[in-house]
Amino acid sequence: MSVTVAAPPELPAGTSSRRLTERVVRVREFGIIAVLAVFVLITISIQPRFASTQEVQFILANTTVFALLALGETMVVVSRNVDLSVGSVLGLSAYLSSSLFGKFPGIGIPVVFLAGIGIGLACGVANGLMVAIGRVPSLVVTLATLYIVRGVDILIVGGKEVIAQTLPNSFIAIPRDGVLGIPYLAIVVAALIGAGAYYLRSFRSGRDLYAMGSSPEAARLAGIPVGRRVFTAFAASGAIAGLAGVLWAAQYETIDSSAGTGYELQVIAAVVVGGVAIFGGSGSAVGAAIGALLLGTITSALYVLGISSIWDQAIAGFLLLVAIALDRLIAVRLTAALRRRSAGVGT
Amino acid sequence: MSEPDRKPAGRADGGGRRAGQALLPLLRPAMRWETGLAVLVLAIGVFGALASPEFLTSGNIFNVELNLGEVAIMALPMTLIIISGEIDLSVASMLGMSSALLGFLWARHWPMLAIFVAVAALGAAAGLFNGLLVTRLGLPSLAVTIGTLTLYRGIALIILGPNTISNFPAPYATIGVLGVPHTNITWSIAIFAVLAVIFAVVLHATPAGRSIYAMGASTEAALFSGIRVKRIKTMLFVVSGLVCALAGVLWTFRLTTAVWNNGIGLELNVVAVVLFAGVSIFGGKGTLAGVVLALLAFAGIQNALLLTNFNQEATGIVIGGLLLISVFVPKAASAAGRLRAAIRLGGQP
Repeated sequence: MSVTVAAPPELPAGTSSRRLTERVVRVREFGIIAVLAVFVLITISIQPRFASTQEVQFILANTTVFALLALGETMVVVSRNVDLSVGSVLGLSAYLSSSLFGKFPGIGIPVVFLAGIGIGLACGVANGLMVAIGRVPSLVVTLATLYIVRGVDILIVGGKEVIAQTLPNSFIAIPRDGVLGIPYLAIVVAALIGAGAYYLRSFRSGRDLYAMGSSPEAARLAGIPVGRRVFTAFAASGAIAGLAGVLWAAQYETIDSSAGTGYELQVIAAVVVGGVAIFGGSGSAVGAAIGALLLGTITSALYVLGISSIWDQAIAGFLLLVAIALDRLIAVRLTAALRRRSAGVGT
Repeated sequence: MSEPDRKPAGRADGGGRRAGQALLPLLRPAMRWETGLAVLVLAIGVFGALASPEFLTSGNIFNVELNLGEVAIMALPMTLIIISGEIDLSVASMLGMSSALLGFLWARHWPMLAIFVAVAALGAAAGLFNGLLVTRLGLPSLAVTIGTLTLYRGIALIILGPNTISNFPAPYATIGVLGVPHTNITWSIAIFAVLAVIFAVVLHATPAGRSIYAMGASTEAALFSGIRVKRIKTMLFVVSGLVCALAGVLWTFRLTTAVWNNGIGLELNVVAVVLFAGVSIFGGKGTLAGVVLALLAFAGIQNALLLTNFNQEATGIVIGGLLLISVFVPKAASAAGRLRAAIRLGGQP
């Protein structure tokens, strides 16, 4: 994830440097990138070890699953919906897919990945159908599927667990191998997030999600197939959670029925920290991923600085509130600016 | 949150009322969600009694009460907050924070009365912080309380660290074993009953209660009719903080354990109960009678499944299924009503 992503590419050539900085500062993700940069720089200046390959690897390993989940959640949240079932879907996918190794020795890793994605997709499709056709609030539907999917998981798993010995080495190596100290996994996830962000930003169906989030009524009147788009967003979020489940299994190696419990609110937290408005209409997948990265970085930074980990949660919560308040501030100033401009045009 | 379907539904309702004036008032009580819940509670009672001779024994009922107490208590302010159009996801963290403070101060030999005052003050302050962020800064409560969920849990961890405090003295530490004297009622349920009456009176029989419905149905309209929306919402969050502090104290004494992660993840259970009770997530709809029935249904199902050797942790399937029913049945009913009204209106002229 490079900072340059944030700069709008359609910047006209020859713009004065003042306007350039203005545009950069105005980019939505600027705040979160600045916070992350300051945080990392301060930590490094106190404890240079923070910049070591090992630390970076550790942070990336802990962040990838969340950043991936944040991508799916972003698609749902920008359309003014919410998916609370991601943690349960991740858990179900993690167990079912990784248990395939024990049941069918020698099974191909791609098959396992496909199985995980398929399980997630099925859950996402169920969510999407209920929200889109039933026209019922997604918060209630996905709260229900959170319980149901976890319940199914518990029924299937019982007291069993998948243990590391049944998993092939090449599977366990997925989150660990890498190039130049950066795990392949992080690169793949970054690419996925980039693709997702590009889709949301530049494809018609992606833009439609923002339109629906800004004003559902207006989106419907404008002829956007609201139901179909909502369905797609939930299906995608489910499939992504399924994929995240397989990666989770590769990373943690021991999988019981509690995998991913409570992740839903952490993912939403990361998304909100990353500048995605909770009631839709604005924010980007890149921002959400950086939000996940920031929350992951805090944990590691406190550890490296020798600050007791008991401060983690409070700092993360505080940051979250700051992010929400900042987001509101930007929105208010933007509205004021737009009003001023339209008033100027009128006179 | 806005409900896209509210306007057409309201219009259809008006039409339905005109068309079937004679019959509808008689049918209305039978069509209420609360009636369905009452039938469900009865059915669970009968099923449980038939399935297990243990179900209706006093010992089992006492256990059900114990497990239900804190969630039931926290569901009361949550109901009012959701009806007013907001949500409070920080309830379980406020419970945990109160529990941590209780343990921390007890380990420092504070007198119990002073501890209660401190815990109540902390709860109220936590609620006030939520309320101010929501009403004065105009931030969405869903996002704010996810933030304070993390923050308050973090503060609980800072207060108590990884320690566990469990040497609470007898009159307090036995509330998980002994109920109100001469009855089969736990202290937590007794407190819940008193609070439920107070909350019901406030919500259903005072101007403040009516204005809670009004602001849930339309904040704008409530503001224009002179309701102090911000003040009332702030008050609701403060009350939620206070009540969660109380729940935290009860939780701590019931398990005789103060630890930072007490009650972690409970917030979604509380929300699920309230939504199952027929309270609309968009605000403006729902009753406390429904919440009491929903609590009974939840507790009954969980217990019946436990006694019938169903994997107890998998009761989530049933809870989730009921939650889905609670949104789809009224939706289908209103769609059917709209259809009926449309047919009647179409047939009249």
